[in-house]
Amino acid sequence: MLDQVPWWVVALLKSAIILFVVLTTFAYSMLFERKIMAWMQLRPGPNRVGPWGMLQPAADAAKMLFKEDLTPDTADPVIYKLAPFISLICAMGAFAVIPFSETSAGLWGVGDVNAGILVIFALTSIGVYGISLAGWSSGSKYPLLGAVRSTAQMISYELAMTLSIVGVLILAGTTSLAGIVHAQHRVWFIIPQIVGFIIYIITAVAETNRAPFDLVEAETELVGGFHTEYSGLRFGLFFIAEYLNMITVSCIATLLFLGGWDAPFGLTFIPGIVWFVLKVGLFIFMYIWLRTTLPRLRYDRLMNFGWKVLLPVATLNLMVTAAIVAVTG
Amino acid sequence: MGFFGGVTALAKGFATTFQFAFRKKPTIQYPTIKKQHAPRFHGLHELRRYADGKERCIGCELCAIACPANAITVIGAENTPEDRRSPGERYAARYEIDELRCIFCGLCEEACPTDAIVLTPRFEMADYRRGSFIYSKDRLLVPPEAGVGTPPDERPGGIPADLGAVIERKSTVDIATGYGATHRGEILKTERRGLAG
Repeated sequence: MLDQVPWWVVALLKSAIILFVVLTTFAYSMLFERKIMAWMQLRPGPNRVGPWGMLQPAADAAKMLFKEDLTPDTADPVIYKLAPFISLICAMGAFAVIPFSETSAGLWGVGDVNAGILVIFALTSIGVYGISLAGWSSGSKYPLLGAVRSTAQMISYELAMTLSIVGVLILAGTTSLAGIVHAQHRVWFIIPQIVGFIIYIITAVAETNRAPFDLVEAETELVGGFHTEYSGLRFGLFFIAEYLNMITVSCIATLLFLGGWDAPFGLTFIPGIVWFVLKVGLFIFMYIWLRTTLPRLRYDRLMNFGWKVLLPVATLNLMVTAAIVAVTG
Repeated sequence: MGFFGGVTALAKGFATTFQFAFRKKPTIQYPTIKKQHAPRFHGLHELRRYADGKERCIGCELCAIACPANAITVIGAENTPEDRRSPGERYAARYEIDELRCIFCGLCEEACPTDAIVLTPRFEMADYRRGSFIYSKDRLLVPPEAGVGTPPDERPGGIPADLGAVIERKSTVDIATGYGATHRGEILKTERRGLAG
């Protein structure tokens, strides 16, 4: 039956479903974060809207919608209004190439691109334009400082991040995400690529601008950084983009290092999608845990760490992996 | 601190936050569960009566003088044989406390020679209008139907066991006067000067 439907209808339907699922995941990962953070800080967390605060995301969304959308006088109006959409579209676009699971009917995902991992990295790199342009076009000093930081941080961490996953690509011999998962059927890449995994996890935190690398926002120093001037729905869009990016990097970590939807210990009776969600959830929990535990790094130390530690180690890891693959064939 | 020292420190930090997630939360879910306050908690004021129903307040204004926040305004008047409000010569014709200015220090309570003004443990006074925070006699005075309770000076240790048992009454201040609330005490004092002179 599905064969008679034009391909673009299928793609549209799939996109709609994935957008719905992903945005719901965003809403509840935010609630999850607030709850976990609250517990770790000896608070009960949101518990007034609905049972266990389950309707809190809906209440937040309604609040965001009804807030006034302000534009500062000094702002560049066109770019200022456009910037949140750049962030959001790039964050959402990445989900187009992520395969969530695989059944006998085929891959669960919108598109199976043979250079999937490159597409995701390209999109997340463009995403930083949203932040930089937002900070620049606000016409205000703190957002500008945030924008400068985001650019510097992106350059110093994107490099180490890309190098850290090249080892995986060498082992898998493909840049297709589904292909990488298939290559991990015997052993997950977290075992041979443990160094790459650790570097990826660290740089992913910097990539998504989350604590302890949230210098771009840095409430205590920059009054919110790039989004200081934003309010209402536009602020909400940045918020969505940040969480979607967090989910994206968790998905990539799952696909590249934890075998994606591959069931561990031969527990194949549990469907792959469950494993995938569990693994992504583990990473998201780790991000929240990290945020509650570590204070924000100083700017120069962050730069030092990126250039003088992560980059050399990632390069070394890449060279060793390449040498071993070349020798063993 | 070398590499391993750093890693150990990190692990310790992560273990700490993880353990904290399972600890008992000290939060009191306020509107549904209310904290038990100390018996002498300084909350909303109350004007007490004697067992025969007469007002304890004799309009001496000592509370108004003791008040560091100038929150109390008392205008006394003479008792007449036909209308005896209090056992003394005078009674409070007007007695107003601006609860927004009040700092709940309890000095009025200490200054009062007849134990008329006392602080109750009631603390939920939120309202929408500033004027509503000016509590006059109609809200401060224990209503006769609420019973006199134990007179404050006869209680063991002076702890008023039945304080705050007064029925809640709505503010009678209308919005128009509510906006002039900040100057209310001043207006009353001018009035009093008019009476005196």
